[in-house]
Order: sequence, then C-alpha cells, then structure tokens
Amino acid sequence: MNDKNKIIAGLIIFFVVLLFPFWFNLIFGAADAATAPEPELTDKAKQAETCVAETDYMRTEHMQILDQWRDMVTRDGKRIYKAENGKEYEASLSNTCMDCHSNKEKFCDSCHNYTSVDPYCWDCHTYPEETE
Amino acid sequence: MENSRRRFLKTAGFSILGVGAGSMLIGLAPGPSEAAGPAAETKPVFVDRPDAKHARRWGMVIDTRGLDARTCRKMEEACHSIHNVPDHIGKFGNKNHEIKWIWDTEFKHAFPGQEAEFLSDRLENAPVPVLCNHCDNPPCVRACPTRATFKREKDGIVLMDFHRCIGCRFCMAACPFGARSFNFRDPRPAIEDENPEFPTRMKGVVEKCNFCAERLAVGKMPACVEASGGALTFGDLNDPDSDIRKLLADEYAIRRKPNLGTFPSVFYIV
Repeated sequence: MNDKNKIIAGLIIFFVVLLFPFWFNLIFGAADAATAPEPELTDKAKQAETCVAETDYMRTEHMQILDQWRDMVTRDGKRIYKAENGKEYEASLSNTCMDCHSNKEKFCDSCHNYTSVDPYCWDCHTYPEETE
Repeated sequence: MENSRRRFLKTAGFSILGVGAGSMLIGLAPGPSEAAGPAAETKPVFVDRPDAKHARRWGMVIDTRGLDARTCRKMEEACHSIHNVPDHIGKFGNKNHEIKWIWDTEFKHAFPGQEAEFLSDRLENAPVPVLCNHCDNPPCVRACPTRATFKREKDGIVLMDFHRCIGCRFCMAACPFGARSFNFRDPRPAIEDENPEFPTRMKGVVEKCNFCAERLAVGKMPACVEASGGALTFGDLNDPDSDIRKLLADEYAIRRKPNLGTFPSVFYIV
C-alpha cells in the first residue's frame, strides 16, 4: 500500500468530475435559474373561481381529464361533463377550456415550455387569438 | 456458535416469510390515494345533452328529382365550411390533395352496376350527391388497425377518431365508394374561414363525412340536409314511424353498389 496518496487524489478528482452538475449549478446557476412559472388567469377564469376540479388536481391531472373528455366525446358522443362540484360543462377543449383560459401563451404555454412538454392539441384544435 | 448450513437455511426461510407477510399486510391497508382525493365525493359522469337527437340507425334518403347543381353546391359549401374541410383545389390548384366530405357526380359513376344504356335525359345530366354511406357493415372499420374509425353502436354512424388515425390509408383502400380523403399536407393554409367550434385536421390523417354527429348531439339536423331545401331526408331507419321510413315505403329507392354487401344507410330516389 504505497500508492495511498495517488489513490486518494484520484478519488477526489473522480468525485469532483462526477458531481460537476451539482457544484456548477450551486456556484454559477443560482443567479439565472428559471423560476417556476405562475400561469396567469384571465378575468373570466378568476371570476369563475373554480375550474372543473380543484386547482391542485387540475394542475397535475388536467391531461387525464382531457383524455377522458376526448374519448367520451369522440367515441361515445357524450358531450356533457357533470363535475364533482355539481356543475355541468360541455366537454370541449376549444369551446370550454379555452373560453375561460383564452390566454394560451400565458396560461398553457408558460408551464409547458418550462417543463419542456409539447402537446400536439393545437395541430387540430383552435384557440382564441391573443388580443392585446 | 456453530455456523451450519442448516442454521443458515432456517434463518433465511424465516426472514423471507416475515418480509412476505409484512408487505401483504401493508398492501391490504387502504392506501392514502384511495381514501382521499377528488374521486371520493361523487364520481364525475358524462351525459348526453337534453336536446340531443337519438336513433338506432341514422339514415338518409336523397331525392335526386329535386336537386340541381346549385343546390348541390350549397350543400357542399355548408358541409365543408362547418367542418373546416380544406379547399386545396381552390387555394393551390392541386387536384391530388383534394379533400371532400360530400360532392356530386354523374349517375353512371354513382351507380356503376346499374343499367345505364338509353338512360333518361334527366338522369343523364342530373348531379348525384355522394357522401359516406355509413354502411351497416362497414369495410373501412374492419380494415382500420388502430380502431380510429369505428361504427358507433348506439346510432350506427361510422366515425373517425382523428387522434388515433396513423394515416395508413387501409380504410381508403377498403371503402368501395371513395368516400375518404387523405391529408397529404397541413390543411390549415387551405381553409378560408376556420369554424372555431370544430377542430381542423392535421397532416397525415384520413377524413370523411361524419353524418354531422356533432350537430345531432346538440339537436340540429346535418348541414347538408338543412341546405338541401327538402331534397334530403334524414331520420331513424330502425323506427317504422319515422319520416325516412315513410318515404322509403312510398318510393322505390336504390343504394350504391348493393352487391358488395356493405348495406349503405344512404338511399337514392332516382
């Protein structure tokens, strides 16, 4: 065991390189790290107060709800969604969701861009044009 | 302490038993995700709109005697504008990319098996509107590998689920009526006025007439029927008291390519 120093030095170098993303981010990344976006609500959405489900649930599960809506409407032709809060909604992305959340860029896109997801809804479905 | 094989096996066996029983008990306990959560109150349900139109088997009778080219154009325009059907011919002059849900043709092309020698002058020149026949035994549905096209059991409409279509075009090869069109390119640039209430399609999917399923769901008649000025009758083929069945009882009506056994739901009075 005469190479103790070499081994320890090698190990240190190895871990420094291995943990590069972490220490690099700690030293240089903190300043310009992107903060989690806060989707902006339109006045209409604020007035409605509640979406088709609780906000937290919508935040994590809206894609499942949209999937369910899609299958029920296109395959079974059932177009009215009776939500848990007792209200009835027409199950339609373009005509119901985008009626309240008419600011696609500040509502949908802000989170989707941050998390780097690229849903292909808008290849076919339309959304209201942003008017300044 | 003696370390024998016997002793090792005994300890190992008991440990496995213990771990197995423990995880089983944990599995039996109600999970937090089931107990709480929004699904706990009342499950959301899907229902029809109260004004939706219902039938066991939707069908159409086209009375070619009351149709002229102008009415056919009106029907086509009504359908294509409501459903965001792109006009590749008008926009780019490209016949190969044409997409059509309803169009008109000549008698001899609509009914190729029909005897057409010494045809009456009226039939020789009359436009015959053709569209998806919403067959009772649809060959396109059998051909579709993803079940993107399907026959809706509740009312017999043959529908497309554009989300699922992978653009293989087996259905187009299977359809004996040429009722289906393929989006060889993005349809959006070729749509004059987009109807925001109906989605467009994307490049690479097949589309066809949907018997205005989205209008029936809100209690409206199909767009072509409304634009036809009475030449088209729409109703339930399974209801003997419906208008369409009364009309079929009075008049002799033919269907396109009946020898193929697809049982079209579109009838023609010629």
